[in-house]
Amino acid sequence: MQDSNTNSGQGLRTADGADPSVLVFGRQVYAVLAKDLLLEVRTKDALTAMLVFSLLALVTFNFALDLRPEVMSAVGPGVLWVALVFGSTLGLARTFAAERDHGTLEGLLMAPLDRSALYLAKLLANLIIISAAATVSVPAFAVLFDVAVDIPAVLGTLLLGAVGVAAVGTLFSAMASHTRAREVMLPILLFPILVPILIGVVQATGLALGSPTARDMPWLSLLVAFDGIYVAVGALVFDFVLQE
Amino acid sequence: MTSSVVQGRARLIALVTATVVVSAVALAMMIFYAPTDRVQGVVQRIFYFHVPMAWVAYLAFFVVLVCSVGYLWRRDLRWDAMARASAEIGVLFTTLVLITGSLWAKPIWNTWWTWDARLTSTLVLWFIYVAYLMLRAYTPDLERAARFSAVLGIVGFIDVPIIHFSVEWWRTLHPEPVVVRPDPQAPPEMLVTLAVSLVAMTLVYATFLVLRTALERTRDENREREQRRALEEASYA
Repeated sequence: MQDSNTNSGQGLRTADGADPSVLVFGRQVYAVLAKDLLLEVRTKDALTAMLVFSLLALVTFNFALDLRPEVMSAVGPGVLWVALVFGSTLGLARTFAAERDHGTLEGLLMAPLDRSALYLAKLLANLIIISAAATVSVPAFAVLFDVAVDIPAVLGTLLLGAVGVAAVGTLFSAMASHTRAREVMLPILLFPILVPILIGVVQATGLALGSPTARDMPWLSLLVAFDGIYVAVGALVFDFVLQE
Repeated sequence: MTSSVVQGRARLIALVTATVVVSAVALAMMIFYAPTDRVQGVVQRIFYFHVPMAWVAYLAFFVVLVCSVGYLWRRDLRWDAMARASAEIGVLFTTLVLITGSLWAKPIWNTWWTWDARLTSTLVLWFIYVAYLMLRAYTPDLERAARFSAVLGIVGFIDVPIIHFSVEWWRTLHPEPVVVRPDPQAPPEMLVTLAVSLVAMTLVYATFLVLRTALERTRDENREREQRRALEEASYA
């Protein structure tokens, strides 16, 4: 951590000797983020996988749970979020899989790059891809099940949930990409840790849809608090995952 | 060298003896000394296993946290061996907590399981540390497995209170603790028995931890020796 900090500071220090560390950090995040998003725009691997999987999950739930309009206010939020979270794991698994397959992980690790900047960039890339997939699947959910969804409110809740999912998912996908049977490990690591996020988003969406079983709690504020903890812990321990 | 081995052996014998004696006393007390609960009947006695096991499970996962921090700080596989040992024991005791809880719940709540806050968060806790053991098993390189599981040992433990509160806000049914109250409802015989059971179960944990950590250390040393020998043979050839 210390080493990479000083390296990056020296590598990108400005000519007048000032140390705009915040600026350098921002530029590092931007560089990795732009690379990942460009890759995603060209291949559309993660986005397609997540989107098709989420829609397919919604259709499967329809048969499995016999989702009639009258039960949707009660089970709708759960159906939507399970579809989205399960779909997200497909994209999250690709965070480091692509770097590993192309042998570019070593390059990233040797670059004069702060590890927290790398973490934040990967997190933001995942967040953007998850949100992009959800902007399609949430309206699709509303149309398919004829639920009167306040789409901006649900997407706002989604963004808060997605921050937590991306924070934990980015950390664990870095670990899972080094294990045997890595497709198996990511969801097994991810789902138990994400229980608070899932409860928060399902309850918040339930309140928005007028679900009879939703508990009246400030779920959105709680989600913000959970996100803060997950991002902070993730940024702190990410360095240990990548020490090779 | 020899004297430290002898000393270690003497200490182990003392620990095992204390564990056996205190466990026997605890067992006798929960059968003969503690009164039968007037409402719940004899089923209530499982409480002297259930509560100490829950305490040991949390203690074990706390030890995993401490050893994980110790490993990441010192990079000494001895920390990791203890983390490994404690995680395994923690999963074992969490499993027993879930089972003893179900055995009690069937006659008292008339159901094996309910999605109450404490039950749910214990189950999620169990999944986190099963994932911990799986992560170890699925990561071939020992140093990497130690590093990854140390990260999970820290993240997992930080997540425990978050899961607990989020599930509690979601719903709860579990009886409030009847022990730590200003005026205790439980008779003193029950409390004394519980205290002895807690000590006994903690000793059981300590014995398991010492033996298991030593076994893991021996395994690590054997592996290192084999690697060194392979290296030497390769350099002669």
